[in-house]
Amino acid sequence: MSLDRTDVDKIAHLARLQIEEQDTPEYAQNLSNILDLVNQMQSVDTTDVLPMAHPLDAVQRLRSDAVTEENQRENLQSVAPAVENGLFQVPKVIE
Amino acid sequence: MEWEAVIGLEIHAQLATKSKIFSGASTAFGAEPNTQACAVDLALPGTLPVFNEEALRMAVKFGLAVDAEIGKKSVFDRKNYFYPDLPKGYQTSQLFEPIVGIGHIDITLEDGTEKRIGVTRAHLEEDAGKSLHDEFPGMTGIDLNRAGTPLLEIVSEPDMRSAEEAVAYVRKIHSIVTSLGICDGNMAEGSFRCDCNVSVRPMGQEELGNRTETKNINSFRFIEKAIVGEIERQIDLIEDGGRVEQATRLYDADKNETRSMRSKEEANDYRYFPCPDLLPIVIDDEYIEAVRETLPELPDARKARFIEEYKLSDYDAMVLSADYNMAAYFETIAKASKDAKLSANWVMGELSKLLNQNDLDISSSPVNADQLGGLLSRIKDDTISGKIAKQVFEVMWIEGGTADEIIEAKGLKQVTDSGAIEKIVDEVITNNQPQVDQYVNAEPDKRGKMVGFFMGQVMKASQGKANPGQVQGMLKKKLDALTG
Repeated sequence: MSLDRTDVDKIAHLARLQIEEQDTPEYAQNLSNILDLVNQMQSVDTTDVLPMAHPLDAVQRLRSDAVTEENQRENLQSVAPAVENGLFQVPKVIE
Repeated sequence: MEWEAVIGLEIHAQLATKSKIFSGASTAFGAEPNTQACAVDLALPGTLPVFNEEALRMAVKFGLAVDAEIGKKSVFDRKNYFYPDLPKGYQTSQLFEPIVGIGHIDITLEDGTEKRIGVTRAHLEEDAGKSLHDEFPGMTGIDLNRAGTPLLEIVSEPDMRSAEEAVAYVRKIHSIVTSLGICDGNMAEGSFRCDCNVSVRPMGQEELGNRTETKNINSFRFIEKAIVGEIERQIDLIEDGGRVEQATRLYDADKNETRSMRSKEEANDYRYFPCPDLLPIVIDDEYIEAVRETLPELPDARKARFIEEYKLSDYDAMVLSADYNMAAYFETIAKASKDAKLSANWVMGELSKLLNQNDLDISSSPVNADQLGGLLSRIKDDTISGKIAKQVFEVMWIEGGTADEIIEAKGLKQVTDSGAIEKIVDEVITNNQPQVDQYVNAEPDKRGKMVGFFMGQVMKASQGKANPGQVQGMLKKKLDALTG
């Protein structure tokens, strides 16, 4: 299975990655190689094998419903590029 | 041509846990921005989610209440999209193996007909933060307090055929989640919101039409209006030769219309996959049965009990039992006043009227159940008449206070002193000689009705405070004495 230029552009857009046009063929090739590997695995007969959601044969441990976190806004916002009135500031986004 | 609407609903119920679904930050509403957003909620590198056991228990409770299959193994998936109020770049949700599978509820329509509506599934997921677009020029402010709040998304089958059915379904689900205590049901604060999928097709046609989704409607009234409007819009569009485009629409309550939000071409590709940070959730029959033991009374059982215990009519029992908070309110005043019928009439009459006029939910009523219960007790013990009680209620609504305080302060206590009543009765008889003559000259069987005029005059003269029973008796005696 091979990906073409449009597939690569779409994947890049979904991942919000900016890629140089000259690099597109190489990305297409690399990604296609990964898909080929997956295709190769697809040929294994898995008729009686249940799909698994996680490689570990373990179940989720649960947390009791208690508030354990205190307000650390000042600390946490110290690494933010822009903050005002306690809000994180980002370039305007409206759909 | 005759058209049929097909409606399916997705309801997001915010689960009433103290802490978030994957972190120990508080979920309390109304805190200062970002004071309840911890490192996990902010998706700082190296943080990992730990699942809240109470969110799981609440989801299972809901599943049992709608008679659904419970997923003994459920799995969290990542729904990938970019938006600044979603710091991880994905929402942790459940797509392939949800906690609650196929179930159903029964709704009752206004004409009494019952209809079964399928619940396709219900799954656990986290809420996103809030974007504030209007506060700063050129910038968007992000508040992540809500990020990571547990949600139960309840998806219906496309079984509804009218806005009325859709609203009945939403009310029933609302009633169930509030009765279970798993959601506070506060629609104004966004704890319970609804996405409506609507399509139309010619009556009798099997194939479904293209549907639109109207998102995040947060009142019963808006749900009805949005669906009615969307059905009309689609029919008009098709009858004018156009076609319905599959799209997401936004309901504008000010204009009472839906408008397009994003079209299919730009539709997101969420690239779901199982979340590697969370292991599968596994529960057994023992767990499920233990949860079943804790289920409280559900709306259908409550309705039956209201009919049995309070001798309410079918209709009254349905209205009063449907909303958990209204049911609790009714029971409090019914116990205080020891008169269920009077209590039912007040909750469905005066109280509901003022709540509707002010667009308020019963849980935020300015007059609480203890206040109204106290007021009804004063009707029952003849301190005030029903008419005066309405005055007291209006004062209570605006100024607060107990019935006794208001009755005392405004001097509204019913006059039962027979000397005082007799004085007013005598005055009325003296001042209305022509009517007295008519009464005396009327056929005896006509006189009963004519007492009404004098009653009115006496009540007016006493500013509504005279005890109506006493006045009636006294008038009859005195007028009949005049007929000789």
